Amino acid sequence: MSNTKTFVYINRKAPYGTVYALESLEVVLIGAAFEQNVKLIFMDDGVFQLTRGQDPEGIGMKNFSKTYAALGDYDINQIYIDQQSLDDRGLTIDDLQALVYEDEDDDWNEKSSIHLVNREQLSDIIESADVLLNF
Amino acid sequence: MPTLHTVNKSAFERNSLESCLSVCKTDASVLLFEDAVVSGLQNTTVSNQITQAAGSGIKLYALSEDLKARGLSEERVMPEITLVDYPGFVKLTVENDRVQNWL
Amino acid sequence: MKFTIQINTGPYTHQASDSAYRFTQAAIDAGHSIHRVFFYHDGVNNATEYSVPPQDDRNLQQLWSELATEHNLDMIVCVAAAQRRGILDENESKKNGKNGVNIAPGFEISGLGQLIEGGVQSDRLVVFGD
Repeated sequence: MSNTKTFVYINRKAPYGTVYALESLEVVLIGAAFEQNVKLIFMDDGVFQLTRGQDPEGIGMKNFSKTYAALGDYDINQIYIDQQSLDDRGLTIDDLQALVYEDEDDDWNEKSSIHLVNREQLSDIIESADVLLNF
Repeated sequence: MPTLHTVNKSAFERNSLESCLSVCKTDASVLLFEDAVVSGLQNTTVSNQITQAAGSGIKLYALSEDLKARGLSEERVMPEITLVDYPGFVKLTVENDRVQNWL
Repeated sequence: MKFTIQINTGPYTHQASDSAYRFTQAAIDAGHSIHRVFFYHDGVNNATEYSVPPQDDRNLQQLWSELATEHNLDMIVCVAAAQRRGILDENESKKNGKNGVNIAPGFEISGLGQLIEGGVQSDRLVVFGD
């Protein structure tokens, strides 16, 4: 299909303080219907979007962090997390929720959608984009 | 397949310029506009980053209308940075293959 | 070349709407076509006809509306963002039992899919925001 483009979403902001993390997820989910090639990058404070155990009840907001787990069902399984952003914030990959998908090309085996990347790899991912959406 | 990166926040306030430069390919272009034009002034704490980026081949630009609005004359901008106006901004988006806006 | 422009912030607090307006105009002047202008997040606030800035200030809503008329621009306001922030067209107003309609001429309320479609159809997406 000639109309398939690579959409790269770059998430750089922490959740709840601003609406961007939530909206990014909305666009990704709505965009899934367009059957484009989708990659998500989490860098800078964006890595906080995926922390485990979020509980925003006390600030009166909806907990949307559970929705990330559904991304695999929408065939969104190219998720790139910037290692340096984790390091800079005293986080490790274990602080983040696991995101998986079922690989239909490999007997529906469950695989991790998450790839830890460095800045050089990030620049390649950005370079692979036809459309860059920033949140 | 070069990328145009745009940065609109002062490097003295946010890390977007730093993040941008850390993922820039050497054939990339970076446009500083809105508050980010202050990041292109001479003798600042980010001047080294700009010099280094320019040295690696990255092309750096600043939007002249935004500099003028802030009372910052051309002479105060680092020589590594080329000034462009809005038509020049449009041209940069056309000459590159994609635009990455570091908001 | 075909552009989609995205605007994420309302007028007056941030420069983004001003920058986007100038960029859009420069792109049109250079002979490019604007596939869509998409107003998202607080950017939907650019679309209220109820804004009354002082006479000696620019009126961004009016500038956008005029640009839309002049160049037949497709200016889309994200429906979910608009509903949250009280930007209503006649349909939305009636549907939600409100009294007023404040969407300005040239703006149209539609879904987020229009942003993705803009990305698919355009050669360049340029985003202005905070």
